Amino acid sequence: MTTLILGDNYNAKMVSPGFSFSLCLNMHSFGYRANALLTFAVTILALMCAMASLTDNFNAPTPTAHVQVFNINWFQKQPNGNDEVSMTLNISADLQSLFTWNTKQVFVFLAAEYETYKNSLNQISLWDGIIPSKEHAKFWIHTSNKYRFIDQGSNLRGKEYNLTMHWHVMPKTGKMFADKIVMPGYRLPEEYR
Amino acid sequence: MGWIGESVDSIKSLQIRQVLTQAVSLGMIVTSALIIWKALMCITGSESPVVVVLSGSMEPGFKRGDILFLHMSKDPIRAGEIVVFNVDGREIPIVHRVIKVHERQDTGEVDVLTKGDNNYGDDRLLYAHGQLWLQRHHIMGRAVGFLPYVGWVTIIMTEKPIIKYILIGALGLLVITSKD
Repeated sequence: MTTLILGDNYNAKMVSPGFSFSLCLNMHSFGYRANALLTFAVTILALMCAMASLTDNFNAPTPTAHVQVFNINWFQKQPNGNDEVSMTLNISADLQSLFTWNTKQVFVFLAAEYETYKNSLNQISLWDGIIPSKEHAKFWIHTSNKYRFIDQGSNLRGKEYNLTMHWHVMPKTGKMFADKIVMPGYRLPEEYR
Repeated sequence: MGWIGESVDSIKSLQIRQVLTQAVSLGMIVTSALIIWKALMCITGSESPVVVVLSGSMEPGFKRGDILFLHMSKDPIRAGEIVVFNVDGREIPIVHRVIKVHERQDTGEVDVLTKGDNNYGDDRLLYAHGQLWLQRHHIMGRAVGFLPYVGWVTIIMTEKPIIKYILIGALGLLVITSKD
């Protein structure tokens, strides 16, 4: 069979003597090499990203936070029946230990958390910030609440609440981390003002 | 004359075999992609386990073209989480952070308010007219992981469809012409 087809130029590639040649040509063609290089590069890159993300697990952060309610600016019932309060806060925190070499930024926010007879959990973000680098991770800030502190209903008079500092670590690549410090024992005034 | 017919037959059978092999290998590529996608859907419990960030509203955390991995679990939604949600009357889902949560005592239903880290105000302007809160059914998943830049491929392909057709054509040609 080989001899039969060897006579025909067109078919020479199709059968055994020519087949190895064409395969040989294929293996060293530009496309084949580019494909192999690309596959290899992407595999290595994916592996490095996964490893960078895994190294975050070795970091055991010890952040600290301290919050003081400096002043209740005003406290009233809206016409629609919901309580709203405006307050001034002193926030100090040291989040430097959260930063590793795979950290792009840390998103930090302070939330008021409380329970009412209607809602088993209310979380209201009062202030947030983006920390771009370790140098900015130790801060002190004096601010009034950035987002409105409005209850669903009229339950805020004399309400005991927690202030919780949450942080979300955004990596350069890989898994995102989050944790918090709960600071209990804050109480709102008994009367509107 | 017998040997000509024989050789024609052998060529025919070879070509059919080759075409079949190529069709099978093409099918394998398509089905394995489908398998991976469906497996991800099962593992993450989210309808679309991987999304591409299209806007800059979460910068500098997420830029346009980044890829997010979503996870949809039974865990309650809490403030600070980055969720992907659908708003009635909007086609494209939005990736923003939860800033307020109110969870009902009796039913466990949640009212959620979101905001983009890079936006000045909260998302009530983006919600449907008169909608104040997102409920559980609006939320498609929460972002758990992040891969930069990879989503640009998708963005380029959806915005310049010609490139998509060229790429598909080239890939198809490669599959058809490759001998093994």
